[in-house]
Amino acid sequence: MASGVKPRVKAPKSAAAGESVVIKTLISHKMESGQRKDGDGNLIPRSIINRFTCDFNGQNVVDIELAPAISTNPYFEFEATIPEAGEMKFTWYDDDGSVYEDSKSIAIG
Amino acid sequence: MKMASLKTMTSSVAALALCAGAAAADENAELVINGDIEIVTRTEAPAHLAGHLDEIRSGWTFRTRETQALEMDDFDNPGMIFVEKAIEAWDTVDGTEGKSCASCHGTAEEGMAGVKAVYPKWNEAAGEVRTMEMQINDCRTNRMGAEEWKYSGGDMTDMVALIASVSRGTPMNVAIDGPVADTWAKGKEIYYTRFGQLNLSCASCHEENYDNYIRADHLSQGQTNGFPTYRLKNTKLNAVHDRFKGCIRDTRGVPFGVGSPEFVALELYVASRGNGLSVEGPSVRN
Repeated sequence: MASGVKPRVKAPKSAAAGESVVIKTLISHKMESGQRKDGDGNLIPRSIINRFTCDFNGQNVVDIELAPAISTNPYFEFEATIPEAGEMKFTWYDDDGSVYEDSKSIAIG
Repeated sequence: MKMASLKTMTSSVAALALCAGAAAADENAELVINGDIEIVTRTEAPAHLAGHLDEIRSGWTFRTRETQALEMDDFDNPGMIFVEKAIEAWDTVDGTEGKSCASCHGTAEEGMAGVKAVYPKWNEAAGEVRTMEMQINDCRTNRMGAEEWKYSGGDMTDMVALIASVSRGTPMNVAIDGPVADTWAKGKEIYYTRFGQLNLSCASCHEENYDNYIRADHLSQGQTNGFPTYRLKNTKLNAVHDRFKGCIRDTRGVPFGVGSPEFVALELYVASRGNGLSVEGPSVRN
């Protein structure tokens, strides 16, 4: 299992109804590509975050597939329209089966 | 780019630098971190540089807009991931004395604000010039009873970055006279000594040709106020001595050792060239 993995999210605490807000996410992860070799010439096995999703009140906002060429500590920034108060849920899927989650509640006002 | 900042060079190089510089960097941008901490990225050179430089500039002013933007918000700054790791280490008890950094110093904000700005500095008890790394290892071995960290290892560089981060905005102000005068003079001598098969001194690039391109690289003044530096090329924090080592290697010379007296002297001298620029570490560079 990848060590030192920690998800982080920056989202506004509140927004006007229908407003588009900027969401920033980052997960610390080594994103080992599976292409590199260690000192003895053995292949270092691939270990990456392969999928990232964001849902707002159960409705999908983004669903992203990640590939081995994406560098360490993948960072995503996107805009989302906030129609109502609710919870934004973020999920990262690791190659080793681990799932990392974070969530932010956004109020209207 | 202003003509005044173009120094000794051939006209063809000047034309190239003008085109590329205008497209790549926003030299007049101002750096405010988190909308709160104002960073001095350009200021009058300290008195000891009279006849060498008029204005000193942070490496931030030489980078592209995209790279500059990464440093303006802690969430966007990948170097802060390493600072977070160091905060955990700061609070972790290690060694035989049952102490953590926090046991003596409180939080880093309480205990370390402004400290990075005056390092390297003279340590009276030890009778030597000490870098931040040497002082951290002194704390670890003598006060905590813990093992030394490798001079430019990950744990060490992360901790230096934490200590730098709480001093951001404070102007660099290392002492160059009194007991450190000899070390400072030695550092100055190294700065102006040509090394390697390419026969380059620090000054060849960072004083005589900053703002020009050395092949594809936009040369900065080589200031250390932004260290430790997160480099996009190796996705980790880079310590000052590792950077010195890389520079001398690039002259095709044999570098001094990381943590060696030569590099400590050079670090003091180079830091003094940046007196007046704000502490900026962990900065983001390419």
